[in-house]
Formats: sequence, structure tokens, C-alpha cells
Amino acid sequence: MSSCILKIENITKSFAGFIANKNVNLEIFEGEIHTILGENGAGKSTLMNILTGLYRPDSGNIYINGTRVNIKSPKDALNYKIGMVHQHFMLVNNISVFENLLLSMKLDSFVINERKLKSKVKEILREFELDIDIEMPVWKLSIGQQQWVELIKLLIRDSKILILDEPTAVLTPQESEFLFTFLTKLKSQNKAIIFISHKMKEVMTLSDKVTILKKGETVKTLNRGEFDEQLLAELMISNKEHLKLEKSAKVFSKQILKIKNLNVKNDKGLSDLSDFSLELFEGEILGIAGITGNGQKALAEVLTGLKKPLSGQIIVNDQDITYSTSKSKYISGIAHIPEDRKTMGIAPDLSVDENLILKNYSSDKFTNFFFLNKEKIKQNAREQIEKYSIKMGYDGIPVRLLSGGNIQKVIIARELSENPLILVALYPTRGLDVGSAEYVHQVILDSREKGMSTILISEDLDELLKISDRIAVMFRGKNMGYLSPESATKTEIGLLMSGKK
Amino acid sequence: MKFKVLKKPPVQGYKSFLTTLFSVIIALLISGAFLMLVDVNPISAYKDMLIESLGSFYGLTETLVKTTPLILCGLGVAVAFRMQLWNIGAEGQLYMGAFGASLVALHLNVESHFVMITLMFLSSIFFGGLWALIPGALKAIYNVNETIVTLLMNYIAILWVDFLVYGAWKDPKGFNFPLSAEFSSAARLSEYFDTRLHTGFFIALVCALIVYLLIEKTIWGYEIKVIGSNSKAAAYAGINIKKNIMLVMFISGALSAIAGFSELAGVQHRLQHAISPGYGYTAIIIAWLAKRSALGVVLVSFLMGVLFVGGDSMQIYYQLPVAMVSVFQGLILFSLIVAEFFKEHKIIMVKQQ
Ligand SMILES: Nc1ncnc2c1ncn2[C@@H]1O[C@H](COP(=O)(O)OP(=O)(O)OP(=O)(O)O)[C@@H](O)[C@H]1O
Ligand SMILES: [Mg+2]
Repeated sequence: MSSCILKIENITKSFAGFIANKNVNLEIFEGEIHTILGENGAGKSTLMNILTGLYRPDSGNIYINGTRVNIKSPKDALNYKIGMVHQHFMLVNNISVFENLLLSMKLDSFVINERKLKSKVKEILREFELDIDIEMPVWKLSIGQQQWVELIKLLIRDSKILILDEPTAVLTPQESEFLFTFLTKLKSQNKAIIFISHKMKEVMTLSDKVTILKKGETVKTLNRGEFDEQLLAELMISNKEHLKLEKSAKVFSKQILKIKNLNVKNDKGLSDLSDFSLELFEGEILGIAGITGNGQKALAEVLTGLKKPLSGQIIVNDQDITYSTSKSKYISGIAHIPEDRKTMGIAPDLSVDENLILKNYSSDKFTNFFFLNKEKIKQNAREQIEKYSIKMGYDGIPVRLLSGGNIQKVIIARELSENPLILVALYPTRGLDVGSAEYVHQVILDSREKGMSTILISEDLDELLKISDRIAVMFRGKNMGYLSPESATKTEIGLLMSGKK
Repeated sequence: MKFKVLKKPPVQGYKSFLTTLFSVIIALLISGAFLMLVDVNPISAYKDMLIESLGSFYGLTETLVKTTPLILCGLGVAVAFRMQLWNIGAEGQLYMGAFGASLVALHLNVESHFVMITLMFLSSIFFGGLWALIPGALKAIYNVNETIVTLLMNYIAILWVDFLVYGAWKDPKGFNFPLSAEFSSAARLSEYFDTRLHTGFFIALVCALIVYLLIEKTIWGYEIKVIGSNSKAAAYAGINIKKNIMLVMFISGALSAIAGFSELAGVQHRLQHAISPGYGYTAIIIAWLAKRSALGVVLVSFLMGVLFVGGDSMQIYYQLPVAMVSVFQGLILFSLIVAEFFKEHKIIMVKQQ
């Protein structure tokens, strides 16, 4: 029997009167992968931030190896060998991987033996078969690779308790697989791993134990064998009604969007889209499968006027909009759920109310002449918050303080509220709990009934197969061809995604 | 042993007030020590300062006279800060505003007080606004750092005014002092209650109200806040960032320029060397302490006004050198900034193992 390395006892934490954690109890043992499961805003990240010294609890105790500890700062947490990869991690972008690692070491001492550290990093890279050039500037790395850098930081410091807050939300399925083998290896080295995810399949395969958190309180801890997807969902979701997705059969005739031979280059001078062509019909949900980084982001940005193509044509409703700006009439009919919710989707210091009108703040609905109509804006917010069950702590809270999933809900609510002609959605359900993800699918399907056309960009093949009418596959900025979700197999799509016809 | 600075959750409510109070007291103690060195009783000096600046009706109006340019420059800087534009050129913009006002006052022969004042006002806005628009346009079009450009342009503006008052505009009857001729009575703002309190003060309050309404209540203010919070999100929302950078810089410069107009038309009644004792620089601290809010700017400016008037009185009653007064004012400002710092940070001592 391994020993209890970390014990959390009656932890309570509130923010300006809003209780995010209430009498939370949790025991973590060596050599286990312990999943924390809960709806968006249940308080998972808050609890983890308490463990890493970013927040101080209002009351309650934390024990490490049986002794009571007081974690006052991230540095304390490091001393107790607790390390965390955050939901929205931050590396210093324009310096190299190695310098980033150095920076994190500076916390501990003045003098650093560079050679020793380098060989240690190399050793870790070798041990886990990681392919990262440590002299590379961080911005050149993919998000997945950046996450590895965060993990390496924890390993260098020899953390015994590793916390991963939704690590797989930003990973491709392949990268996730790789992460899981890695975690299993760490587990066999007797480390304790706290894992957070909304993807039930992962939770099922990976967890030794699952603790469910609901509205800030611990509901239950279950051991492997005692839980299945159904049970977990029931325990965590507060409103019991289960959505049954229904999709009407439709025949599509009218072409609404036509993209012809589009070429787009990115800041690094590489091709994002090369001779990309696509057709979208009115009322259709066109799924686009593909590994992140194959031009999906660029596609969304040219469609919404944020990026200019080098050549090619975009035609919406027989109108050429290739070089229109984002304020033009046709482009403003294209809603966009961006990939980076924090860097593009929100104005972080503004309130939820204000963020919900980011796209249509100047519409007559919300204004009187030059003035904003605060009453109407509030009214709109109340409706959207209710509709998408956005949990936001106290009234007027800056949107950056919302939980990850709830920020995503704010963006989705806003983008769908204007009855757009076309919706370009990048990974819309990323970071959403199962209930909310279902709800978003439902809303997209409802809008489809009303004639909205959707380009649904996702890596989750289950999601694509579930709600798309057609599926296109993107690889290196090209459209590899269309498939029908009724007949296509995952292997078939997977092959196209890796460029094999 | 070493020290480390850590961020902490911001202190709020009465604790925040106590932090400020505590650090001001420390500043008073330190400058008290300095005063004792020059054989001045600090308690009576502080008491006289308060009496001078707040203790009588006349003193209060004097404080408001000093508060006026501070409010205007503070608003100018704060508006730019809203959009993360670090305009530290309020001083130069004030001088260009003063130049604009004098250009009209000295060269146009208008009898009507109202017409004259309006023209001076518009001219100062025009010159001060354009002065700030230059760094604004450089920023918007070529992404040139506005901090450096605004700072350097201060020197140009100040020297430009010097060039005029030492040269072309020098008053022939001015005994060779660096001053222009006096403005005609049409070009002077009205004064009230037999004091030096002039219309400029009320203009400043109206400006504060307008800035508040613009930022907090209008569609445009919303755009500014979005750009200030996340410029990528602003582009995503279809907001024209370049246009707004230039517009905000113009408004920012115009507000400081009004300070120049109000100083000349309300107090000094002529263009001269050193029309401002650094209002434009103090405004940076004001905007920062006021957390960029218009109401905050008015309040903080008033406190600074007290400091200015009180400082003057120390100079007069205790024959203290100007440097001593500057040390005192500097200490108080410094303590306010330190207090703000400690509301969000803490310093801990770390033992080396
Ligand atoms: N610094 C803060 N100030 C105010 N409220 C906060 C703060 N941090 C978190 N909250 C609130 O606490 C609640 C719980 O947030 P938390 O981030 O812990 O949720 P979560 O379980 O991680 O959700 P998700 O799955 O969406 O990431 C949210 O309603 C959030 O608004
Ligand atoms: Mg979270």
C-alpha cells in the first residue's frame, strides 16, 4: 500500500463573496493518476491554484506526507515538490526553450550551473523520447511542444506531485496518446499525478481514481472499476435533463460560400493555405478534420477579414469578399469562434456583459445615438448567461477571472446570438464540460434548422461524425477531399489527415 | 539573505486607505527630519501648509487655481493610458496650447470677450492636439514608440516658446525679460469672488465630466476600452485601431493644451518663459494614481494642488529654498507611489541555504 502524499482537508475559498471551493476533501497517493472531474466553474482550477500557492485558502488544511503545511507562494509549492502545468500556461515567447528553463530555475538560486542543467535537460528528453530543440525560441514550438517544456520544468525540479490542468485540451489525439504513455511512466516512478480533463474517454482509460467536484464541493471519490462514463456524468452534472441530439434529414442545393484556390502565408513566411478550395451549402454543417496547425486558423481568419490572402477568391452569396474588411456587410454576417480564446476572443478586463456585445456593440439594439444602452446590454447578458448557464462568480467580474470553460461559453453565446449567415467555429467545445458541449452541439443544430451554415473545425472525430453533414479533411493547407459521415470510417479520415490519399 | 518581490492579490477597501495613509506619514516623518535640520519645526510647518491651502477661503481658491492645469493635463494623460498609449508629453502639449492661445491673443484684434476666448480656446486645441497627433500618427502608421517621441517633443515645444519670448514676441516694454506683451482684457478669463479663481477651473470640471461620459457611456469609449484591454480582440471585433490611436492622441494633447490656454488666459495673461512648473509631468503621476478614471483625476489633482500651494507657503513663510520644497513634494509623491506598489506586491526575505 503506497502512502498518502497529499491530503486536503476542508478547504474553502471565496472570491468577493462567491464561494469557489467549499469544504473540499481529497487524498492523493503516490503512484496514482487521480482525476478531478467537474463542470465548468466547479472550482477545479481554483483548488489546484491553492495547492500551488497562487491562492490562499480561507480555511482548511493541507498535509504533505502527514505533516501540516502552509503553502504561501508558488515557491513554497516547489519546495514541497508540487508542480503544475496551468490551463493557460505562459512561457516567455521570444527567448529559447533553454532560457525559459533557466528562468524557472532562477527561482531557486542565484548561481546556476549551465552545463549541468543542460545535460539534465538532455537526459530527460532522452528518457522520454522527446523531440525538442532546446535552443529554439519558444514561439516556434507548437502548443503541444510548449506544454512539454512546462512538463520538463517540473521534472527538472524533481516534483513528486504533478498537476495537469486540462493538458489535452490543446493537444492533438496523437500528442495526447504520447502524453498518456509519459504519465504512465511517471506513475511507475511513484509520482502522484493530478489530472483534469473534460474528455470522458481519457478519464476512463487513464484514471486510477476520480474525484468529482460539483459547485465547489467534493461529491465522491471513486476507484477504478467503480465508475463508468454514465455514472460520472450523472454525478457531476447539475441539471439532469439529458439532451437527445436530433438532426433532420436535409437536401442542400444552394451554395452559400465558395473558396477558390486560396493562398495565404503566415508571419513566419510559410504557407498556411495553398490552393485551398472549399464549397459550403446553405444550412449545412461542414466538418473540417485535420491536425491543428494545418491551416485551420488561417482559413478562419481570411474568411473573417482578419488576414489578406495572396491570391484566390472568396465568394459569399455571389459576392466577392476576398478583400473586404471585417466591418463590411458580408463579413459581419460571418461569426467566428477563434482558436485562442484568451488572446483573441475576449477583452479580458471588461465585464461579461461588455464582452457579450463585442461583435455588435454598435448595433441599434444596444445604443442610443452615441451612447451605449446599459439597460439593454444588461438584459442581453442576462439572457445569454441563462441560456448557456455561464457561471461567473459575482456580477461585473472581469471576464478573465472566469473559468476556462465559461470564457469559451461567453464567446460562443456572443457569436451565435446574432443569427449569423455562416459560423466558422474552431474547436468550439474545447474545454467545455460534457453537458455544455452537448448543449453547444444542440445550438448549432438548431441554427442549422434556421438556415445557418457552419464550418466546424475540430480534431475530435467523434464530434465531427456526430453533427456534420459532410466532412472535409485539411492537410498542409490543402483540402484533401470530402467524405460522408454516414459512410466514412475513422481510419479513412485519419489517413487523409496525415496526408495519405 | 536576499530580497524578492512577489505579486499578491490587490489590497482593497479600508486597508488600501490605511496603506496610503501609512506611507504618507512616513514621508512626513522623513521630510520632518529634513526640516529640523534647517531649524524649522515640522509640526508648525505642516500646520501652516494646511492652513494656507485649505484653511481660508482665499487659500482654497488658490489651491483650486493650481488644481486646474493639473486636472486638464491629468485627464489628457489618463485618456491615453486607457488605450495603453504612454503619452508623457503633456508638458509639451501644454506649451503648444499656450502658444496657440497667445497666437490669437497677441495677433488678432477682436473686441468681443466671448469671440476672443473662443478663438484662443480653439487655437490652443488645434496646436496642442496636432502636437500630440504627430507621435500618434507615427505610432499608428509606423509603430514608432510613442513614449520616446512624446518625451522628446516636450523639449521642442518648450524651446519653441522660449524662442518666441526671447525673440520675435518679446515685449518691447518688458525690460528685456523673456515675456510677451500683456493680453488685452478681452483675452482674459473672468475671475470670481475677488480671488484669482477663474473660469478655467470650471472648464476643467466640465472636461472631466465629458471625458467620463465619453469613456464610460459612449460607443466610442467602449472601443477605447476594448483596444486598451486587448488589441487583438479589438481587431477581431472590427474596431479600427489606427484611427483610434490618432484620435485618442489628439484628444489627449488637446486636453493638456487647454491647460496651457487656461493658465495664460486665466492666470498669467501673457506668454512667458517657464509657464508651467512641470504640471505636465505631475499629470503622469496623477493619471497613474487616479487609475485612469476621470473622477480620480479630479480628486488626486486637488491633493496635488494642496501640495503645490502648501509648498509655496513654506517657501514664503520659512524662507526655505525651492529645493527643500521640491524634496518635500517629491517625498510625498514617492510615498504615494510606494503605497500603490505595496498594495499589489510584497517583499520577502529569503535565506540562502
Ligand atoms: N481570481 C478570481 N477572482 C474571482 N473569481 C474567480 C477567480 N478565480 C476563479 N474564480 C471563480 O471561481 C469559479 C471556479 O473557477 P475555476 O477556474 O476553479 O473553475 P474550473 O472548475 O477550473 O472550470 P473549467 O472547467 O471551466 O476550467 C468560477 O466561477 C470563477 O469565476
Ligand atoms: Mg479550469
